[in-house]
Parts: sequence; C-alpha cells; structure tokens
Amino acid sequence: MEPIRLVVGRALPLPRADVDTDQIIPSHWLKRLERTGYGAGLFEAWRSDPGFVLNDPRYRGASILLAGPNFGCGSSREHAVWALHDSGFRAVVSTRFADIFKSNALRNGLLTVELDDATVALLFDAVRVDPAAEIAIDLERRTFEAPGVHARFAIDDYARTRLLEGLDDVGLTLRNETKIRAYETARPDWLPTVRR
Amino acid sequence: MGSPARTLSQKVWERHVVHRAHGEPDLLYVDLHLVHEVTSPQAFDGLRLAGRGVRRPDLTLATMDHNVPTDEHPPEDISARQIEAMAVNAREFGIRCFPVGDANQGIVHVISPQLGLTQPGMTIVCGDSHTSTHGALGALAWGIGTSEIEHVLATQTIAQAVPGSMAITVDGTLPSDCAAKDVILAIIARIGTSGGVGRIIEYRGSTIAALSMEGRMTVCNMSIEAGARAGMVAPDDTTFAWLEGRPFAPKARLWELALDDWRSLPTDEGARFENEVFIDARALRPYVTWGTNPAQSVTIDGAVPDPDGIGDEARREAARRALRYQDLRPGTPVREIAVDAVFIGSCTNARLEDLRAASEVVRGRRVRAGIRALVVPGSMRVKSDAEREGLDRVFREAGFEWRDAGCSMCLGMNPDVLHRGERCASTSNRNFEGRQGPGGRTHLVSPAVAAATAIAGHFALPSDLR
Ligand code: SF4
Repeated sequence: MEPIRLVVGRALPLPRADVDTDQIIPSHWLKRLERTGYGAGLFEAWRSDPGFVLNDPRYRGASILLAGPNFGCGSSREHAVWALHDSGFRAVVSTRFADIFKSNALRNGLLTVELDDATVALLFDAVRVDPAAEIAIDLERRTFEAPGVHARFAIDDYARTRLLEGLDDVGLTLRNETKIRAYETARPDWLPTVRR
Repeated sequence: MGSPARTLSQKVWERHVVHRAHGEPDLLYVDLHLVHEVTSPQAFDGLRLAGRGVRRPDLTLATMDHNVPTDEHPPEDISARQIEAMAVNAREFGIRCFPVGDANQGIVHVISPQLGLTQPGMTIVCGDSHTSTHGALGALAWGIGTSEIEHVLATQTIAQAVPGSMAITVDGTLPSDCAAKDVILAIIARIGTSGGVGRIIEYRGSTIAALSMEGRMTVCNMSIEAGARAGMVAPDDTTFAWLEGRPFAPKARLWELALDDWRSLPTDEGARFENEVFIDARALRPYVTWGTNPAQSVTIDGAVPDPDGIGDEARREAARRALRYQDLRPGTPVREIAVDAVFIGSCTNARLEDLRAASEVVRGRRVRAGIRALVVPGSMRVKSDAEREGLDRVFREAGFEWRDAGCSMCLGMNPDVLHRGERCASTSNRNFEGRQGPGGRTHLVSPAVAAATAIAGHFALPSDLR
C-alpha cells in the first residue's frame, strides 16, 4: 500500500444518503479476477445519466468525494474501494461510513474523513459555489481545510500510522507469531475442523 | 465477588483475543474462514505475490455460490474463469472446496450451519456481508473485505476494534401470518439503515426464543442491512437440538464438553448494552419494502408513503429518488402493486423451512399468467431434502422454475436477472437500485408473501387467496 499523508484537490459532491456498494460498483464487475481496472465501473448506472455529477466537467479530476451519510453501506466488496481509487479518489468525506467500507478503504490507502453534519453541509455549499475550490486534508495533523472551513477530524492513532507508513498488515500481525501459536495450542478440542 | 456481568458477544470476543495492546485494535483468532469464488481471487494472488501460504487450511472452507449458474446452461466465459480460479486456488493452497456439482455445494451461509460447522461461541468470517447469519447459533460472525481475507488466510487472525453493543428485545407471540422476515424488516424500519453501525446486535426476548434456527438465521442475516457489524442470538436448547448429530458437530464426550461450555455463553443477568430497543411482536404485520433501501418499508395493509410527509431532508430526498426509480406513486395501496417476477431464494430465505412455507401457499394453485417465478434452494442439501418431501413437484405444478443452489437473482451475477423496469417480489435481503439486474425493481418480502404474490399477481397474503 502506498503511504498517504496529504490529499489536496477538488471535491466531487454526491449528497445522496445511503449510497450502497452496489451503486459504487455493480455486481457484474465482480466477475473479474484482478485488483485494478475498476475505474470505468464506478457509479456505472448513475453515470449513464449525462446530468450525473461525475459527468460534470467542472468536477473533472476531483480527488476527494464529498458524500452523504452512511456511505458505502451494503455488500463487503472491496471492489468499491478499488473503483474509487482507480478513478483518482484518495479521500471520501461524509458524516458517517458503513463499517466494512471504512475498513476496506483503510487497507487501500483511501482516506475516510468523518466530519459533523454542519461542516459537511458547509462543504457541500462551498464546492457547489466554486467547483474548483481547493481542499487540503492533512492526515499527519488531522486537519481539513477548504474555503471557509477549517476543521479537525478524528482518526485513531493506529489507522493513522498505518496509512502514513503504508504498512503491510500481514507483516505486522506475523510479529505476533509466538502468541498466535500459543493461542492455537490452547484451543478446545471440540472446535470443528473441515477435515472430518 | 464474581466477575462483572458480560454480554454474549463480549464473552465470545474475549476468548478469541490473541494480542491486545493499548491504542491498537485487538488481534482475534478466527475459528472458521468461509471462502467463495467472487471476493477471494485477489486475496490468493496476494498470497502468491508475497510467497505466503494458508496458515490453517483445516479451518478454511470454500464453495462456489455467487456467480454459478442454477440451471443447465454453462456459465459465460468470464464467470467460468472465476469458478475455475476458485477450484485452482483451493487445490494449490490445500483448501477443502465444495464445487458446483457437489452434494454439499450451496450458498456459503446456508451450507456451514447445515453441516454443523457453525457452532456457538465461534468466530467466523467470510468475504461477504451476510456472514452475520451465523450469529443465529451464538457465533460471532461478520463480513470482511478482500484484503482482510488475505490476512486471515495468512495468519488465521484478524485485527478488530472493540465494537459497541446493542440489544434488540422482541417480545410476544408473532401473529400467524408474520414470519422471521417481518421481524427483521420491522427492526430495520425502526432503527434505520445505519442504526447498528459500529455495533454488534443481540436479538433477545420471547419472540426470538420461540423462533426456529432457520428463523433466527433470517433475522441475524439482515443485521448488516441495519449497518451492524454482526447479529447474535444466545444459544439455547433449540440451538443444541438443531446441531446435535450434524456431520461436523462434536460427538460423544466432546459433545458433552461443548454443551457445558455453550451453556455459559448467554448474556449475564445485569450486563449492560450501550443501546436497547424494544419491539412488541403482537403488533407486527407482514412487511413489504417500497423503496431502494431495506428500511423503506410499510406493512402489506399500508400504502406507498408520500415523501412530502418525511421531516428529515436527506431521507425525504432519498424517498423521492426511490419512488422515481421504483415507478411508484404515493398513496398506492401495497396490495394493488403488480409484479412481473417472484424470487424465492438467497441466504435470507432459502432454507427448508422457507420452502415449506412457500410451498404450502402455492400447493394446488397456479402462478398468475405472465409472471416469472423462481425457486432457488439455498444449498444442494436443501434441494434434495425438499425433493424428498415432494416440494419440487408442488412448485413446478404451480408454474415455478425449480433450480439448483446459488445466489442467483439475489444479486444478479449469473443470468438470473430482472430486465429493465421489471418488478419483483423477492425473499432476498437487498432492494438497492439495480441489485437484481440493471433497472430492476425489488420489493423484499417473506416467503409466504412472495408465494401468495406469485399466485395473485400483486402483493398479497396467503389469507387473501381464494
Ligand atoms: S444469497 Fe445474496 S446476500 Fe446471500 S451471500 Fe448470496 S449474494 Fe450475498
């Protein structure tokens, strides 16, 4: 995973609530075996409407998605994060994210920034008035800057460090090999294995 | 003095902590990792790239369900490649796999409980959000993404922050035309699509205790539709009776040991939940969703709501969008909405009990002309059990197609899809835009309501049929 420290760019506003991962990337894209190449599938059904914000030239090149509440609900498909990443997004801002989406994002260097209702409402206004408004998210300092908005956001230290350093999860866990082995020898006998 | 009172989920959590450090998520041991063809190929590639193996193939089970054909037609090339990749990965990494054609193949959340692999007190993960289903047996089970799949394959552990807790108590006798599906749809209507975010829900109360194992699975299955990390029901005699004698359940002395342990799992008297919700089952009615998220529902006696009456702006706008997409007008009585298709299937409602309930309704009747009606059993075992009872004949004679096991029209990856503009009464769990096929319109209902709707041609209760 690439380390991530700063995200600077313009934001694409998508004020809908409960945007589910079936909308972010429809299921027929999940037949692929690769980890990349999902950009063209991003919001596939919605973007067939020429009026959809992703087709609006004023927001072209946006690297931040400004989303409605409960973004990323539904299916566990990590493809949703891959599709956003492949389309150039490096951060999503919302008042609330679905759990699995947030965890998938964290593992792919896609920053999820949670801000309060009032701040998100201000942001929507700001990028509607000026689509080219520059937004700067500083993960190291946990700050969020946009025209008229200066906010701090919460992210736990562990997640922040992993994003900043682009750490490999498996490698980190394997440092606990002795503990894993000890746990394994103490597991009760009645627990099933699939070998029977 | 005794130790502090703990909840069911806390007990299961605590016994799986491998490593705990301040400022870090807990590292939990995974007792069972379920794998399917759609979310795993990139994880196996990751292992290959890093030169890693699967740590515990004996605690890992694979099947093929999401993308498999459920009729006699061979899959299209791209799907065939994915199915083949699952077989190759299972072989290369030494994982047991129930492929298409195997008597044990089926939807991952149907086959594991059925085999007795899902047991109380276990941690279970799978690259699928409906892994919460397994919580019905008192297991702590949740869905994970592909990067986490790779992590579990390599380490048999997963890093998780301690979630919040929520108790949903459902009390009272369920009205006779209501099913477990109506209980969970009522719960989601009450707490909303994000009411459970960051939390593990424990379902309790006399209504839940009176549900069969199948019914409890239906309830836990849709926990994710309320945003919850997982859903659980305390194991009890219903659980133990259901498990005893299943192929992977403990036997003899081990069964006795396990039973002693399982009896210690239920939430202690006085344990505190961060959040509690109470629901009176006696007041429930069968539910039908009208919108494009599972919280947008009314009872079958109701009508399509008017978005103008919704106070919250985001929800009002979402309701307007949903009605446009669903092509519905406010005030239309639910019973007057006609359907083009009926789907009885999915990990929510395709177990034997569900098929029995639906078959009772259609027995000796005919599916309304012009309606495409499908029964897709949750597993090949469910299929053969149903056939032993003659249910396949009941469905076929009524005009239903009787298929092989798979996810099928639940998510529209195989050729079983809705066509643009088609409306479907579905026993599955998601009514998202395009979920059952681009432009398709989904209404979530119980198996009995789906069956009655197939006969009537519009939403109906079994008791509405002449
Ligand atoms: S039946 Fe539907 S919800 Fe269940 S695992 Fe398959 S696709 Fe997912």
